[in-house]
Amino acid sequence: MCLGIPVKITKVEGNRGEGEIGGIKRDVDLTLVRGVVAGDYVILHAGFAIEKVDEEEAKETLRLLREISGMSEGEN
Amino acid sequence: MIHVDEYRDARVAEGLVREIAGVMGGTSSVTFMEVCGTHTMCAARYGIRSLLPDNVRLISGPGCPVCVTPNSYIDRAIAISREEDCTLVTFGDMFRVPGSTSSLSKEKSKGADIRVVYSAKESLDIARANPGRTVVFLGIGFETTAPTVAATILAARNLGLENWFVLSGHKTIPEVMEMLAGSPELKVDGFICPGHVSAVIGSESYERIARECGVPCVVGGFEPTDMLQAIWMLVRQHREEQSVVENQYKRVVGTKGNREALSTMIRVFEPGDSVWRGIGTVGHSGLSIREEFSELDAGKNIDVEVEEPIEAAGCICGEILKGLRTPRDCLLFGEDCTPADPKGACMVSSEGTCAAWYKHGNYEDAKLGR
Repeated sequence: MCLGIPVKITKVEGNRGEGEIGGIKRDVDLTLVRGVVAGDYVILHAGFAIEKVDEEEAKETLRLLREISGMSEGEN
Repeated sequence: MIHVDEYRDARVAEGLVREIAGVMGGTSSVTFMEVCGTHTMCAARYGIRSLLPDNVRLISGPGCPVCVTPNSYIDRAIAISREEDCTLVTFGDMFRVPGSTSSLSKEKSKGADIRVVYSAKESLDIARANPGRTVVFLGIGFETTAPTVAATILAARNLGLENWFVLSGHKTIPEVMEMLAGSPELKVDGFICPGHVSAVIGSESYERIARECGVPCVVGGFEPTDMLQAIWMLVRQHREEQSVVENQYKRVVGTKGNREALSTMIRVFEPGDSVWRGIGTVGHSGLSIREEFSELDAGKNIDVEVEEPIEAAGCICGEILKGLRTPRDCLLFGEDCTPADPKGACMVSSEGTCAAWYKHGNYEDAKLGR
């Protein structure tokens, strides 16, 4: 039930946002997260954004995952 | 999907599995608990148990809100739905959960007005469209969901709605984890902490469990390589004989959590004792609606007679929720209890341990000594 989906916010009007998941538009209530702007990814849960996705941390986690698993930098 | 597909790379997963096996080679066995139902789903869907070395045992915890909701709550919801002028609004997960003698889906088939929604906010629209009816929303869920219901309660007050109420069955996670951490029968060596609960409450909420109870905690994301990395972090702590809080899901979870969501939750709810199915009463693990908002509290405003709760005979959901037994230990599993005809709550919710095992097969059996 704590399922949350990363959604890209495409439009912000006050506390109301519009997001897109795989080409499908969704209303996203932004009451619970401060400072969301269009282009941000948020975690969507039960109609509300519950947190922003930090792009820098995401990159760092992906880098770490490759490092731990022994994949070299350029490997795809 | 961005922020999803990147964490499903099979070669990264293979590498992580190799590293976990490397760390665990020649050491004693460990038992880790994935606390969250969404992790239970991920583990079952990607066969994570089958990828782990024999001396790493992964057990499921109490992190499926619907599963831990006691019969007394469901029976009260059913009693409310039987009132002539009441409309009950619920998240889909609750709809088919059996109470003592009925379920919301059975009541609906008998004519009760029960609506399923994706967001608590939709229940406000239902109340506005039906001014002559008493609309009761079933507030179920952990700290991930509770702020969304709190925000809805604040919105209802702003709208001045007089026919909308919440029956709060919300629960909080660290208290029950602390109880499980101290359980001598369970002996858990590490927790994979729920990522989205942690997004709200912050990774620092587990400090006491790691430091004082001595059980390592790693906050994990919900894709397969997230979960494997969290397990890798736990096995490393085990090898180094550490017990600290680590955060694998930093892209979403901060140390202090989401202050806006937390303050909204705390403004509306206050901690109270709460009954967990199979576990019993856990102090301060529930969220009650504060006195200031009592005019919206269904528990205080809607008086119904509720039947004495009875548990389904033979169902071992309670033991499964504590991580003491697995669905395979249950005589009902897969025979008398299936997703189509569930006897226990763990078979109803898609993230219940029994439902996840039923849907995704039996490959973990061998790892659990069966």
